[in-house]
Amino acid sequence: MNESVSFFGLVGRVSKTVLLLVYALFALFPLLWMIIMSLKPDSQMFTTTFIFSPTMENYGAVFLRSDYSHFFFNNLIVSVSAVLLSLVVGVPAAYALARFQFKLKEDIAFTILSFRFAPEILVILPLFLIYQKTGLYDTYFGLIWVYQLITLPLLIWILRGYFEDISPDIEAAAQLDGYSWWQVFLKVLLPLVKPGLVAAGLLCFIFAWNAFTFPLLLSDARAQTSTVVALRFLASDTVHYGQVAAAATISALPEVILALLIQKHLVRGLSFGAVKG
Amino acid sequence: MSTTVVLPPEGPTIEPARTELSKSAAKYAKRKALRPYLILTPTLLLTIGILIPFFAAIYLSFTDFTLRSSDYSFIGFDNYVSMLQNPDFWHSLIVTLQYAFLCTTVEMLLGIGVALLLNEENPISKFLRIVLIFPLMIAPVIGTLIWKLMTNPSVGILRTPMSWIGLGEFKWGASPDTAMFSLVLIDAWVYTPFVIILVLAGLRSLPRSPYEAAMIDGGSAWFVFKNLTLPMLAPVLLITLVFRLMLSLQEFSIIFALTEGGPGDTTMSLSLLAYNRGFPFYGVAEAIPIMLFLWAIVYLISFILIGFWRKAQQRASGVA
Repeated sequence: MNESVSFFGLVGRVSKTVLLLVYALFALFPLLWMIIMSLKPDSQMFTTTFIFSPTMENYGAVFLRSDYSHFFFNNLIVSVSAVLLSLVVGVPAAYALARFQFKLKEDIAFTILSFRFAPEILVILPLFLIYQKTGLYDTYFGLIWVYQLITLPLLIWILRGYFEDISPDIEAAAQLDGYSWWQVFLKVLLPLVKPGLVAAGLLCFIFAWNAFTFPLLLSDARAQTSTVVALRFLASDTVHYGQVAAAATISALPEVILALLIQKHLVRGLSFGAVKG
Repeated sequence: MSTTVVLPPEGPTIEPARTELSKSAAKYAKRKALRPYLILTPTLLLTIGILIPFFAAIYLSFTDFTLRSSDYSFIGFDNYVSMLQNPDFWHSLIVTLQYAFLCTTVEMLLGIGVALLLNEENPISKFLRIVLIFPLMIAPVIGTLIWKLMTNPSVGILRTPMSWIGLGEFKWGASPDTAMFSLVLIDAWVYTPFVIILVLAGLRSLPRSPYEAAMIDGGSAWFVFKNLTLPMLAPVLLITLVFRLMLSLQEFSIIFALTEGGPGDTTMSLSLLAYNRGFPFYGVAEAIPIMLFLWAIVYLISFILIGFWRKAQQRASGVA
């Protein structure tokens, strides 16, 4: 009996590992293959699978000899600005929602959250008209503003949780020491939530960077972002598959690196603070 | 010596300071009552700025406005009536529900399974916990782009292994029979890590003592999972379900990038339908009712599920 249990235990352990590795293959192989493709010269694209002579040619073509870099920097400008604006506006807001008791508090909090879950096309349809009329269409500011729907609810809801974790006694103590409210906020509270702040900011950046529908429909040749343009690489007449893969890699790599930096805070971030990881 | 000098002046100043404090405390309390609203004003201005177009959208949906001409007139509920009479709309509604149901089911089951497998302390699990989130972090459009390359008939790597199992001619997004399957596959590739990491966090925060008790009682693994893990995990599972349902009902970018709603209209979800009406064909006023309808569905479903979530939270804290 005991032997059979350990036998089944072993089979169980092995099959668990096998299942896990099958899933890992499914999840990670496409990324690996994307990198492989991006390093393949055009001449070996159709004739080789894994063994080929790697080249940086595709990256050169995408980044130096096409307008992709322009859209890449557009994405950088728009996403960074959107996050900065959200930080300036959202950090105090998150604090207010965490600490103060006031009328309509939960209603306001949920209204802010609901912006993240409104159908994007519904927001875009009228916004498109207004942007056309007011000249915000295809401008950095137009995108930065509409990106607040992505970044602001995320930032506020994550940070609210981090602020709630700080004991009000710490604030009270600092106030008794003669600090004004702003001083307490800047000198005592912000350093305490700093890890959460950095994580929330980076996560907002990732989501802003990944935004597709807003820049697709609210911008054009001037302000469009690399996420949108990467898709066009495949639609063009003479497809250089290696360049498509290089464009995808360039667009994906920054986020993978950032994700590694904020791992500990990812659960909270992705669940808007509903699950405390 | 110095202490005796310092102490006496301090003694008398204490009393006036107290009354001063209580006066300013009243002022302070008044300011404090307004403060949260003041702090929240910029946030609300930025986001409510977006609400104005929202109301504009509702207004426009009662007109025959198009992007072609600046002239338009009020036509009441005509757009809504014609939407409900249009078979395309009902087709898209079914596609949307089908897509959301399939994606959410696959992702929840797969995600919970993988999370249970990863909830162990060994080097493989530790490593995979870090790298398995990568697909979630890259833009869904870029993920779709990679899958488009992988399933490409000329350079795609999946053709050879598919031919091993007799599916060499598998058409992926290009055939009406397999387009939905391909979309669900890509959606699951992108979003299963989301379920994994939330469920994993839930599993790791479970209290240990009920498990020790169950070990002593000798409950089977399934018994323990069903009667202990599942109820305690219910809040996390429900909130994960809410997020996945809300976003998969509205999914635009994956479908747009892979099939653009095609072939024909096999994968024309409500978002894609509204996009097609609103942009290439300029029928903004026609598109808005479709999106309002979708929004109502999303709102209703999440409202119901969040109710369950609150209950599950109370129950789970009772168990723990």
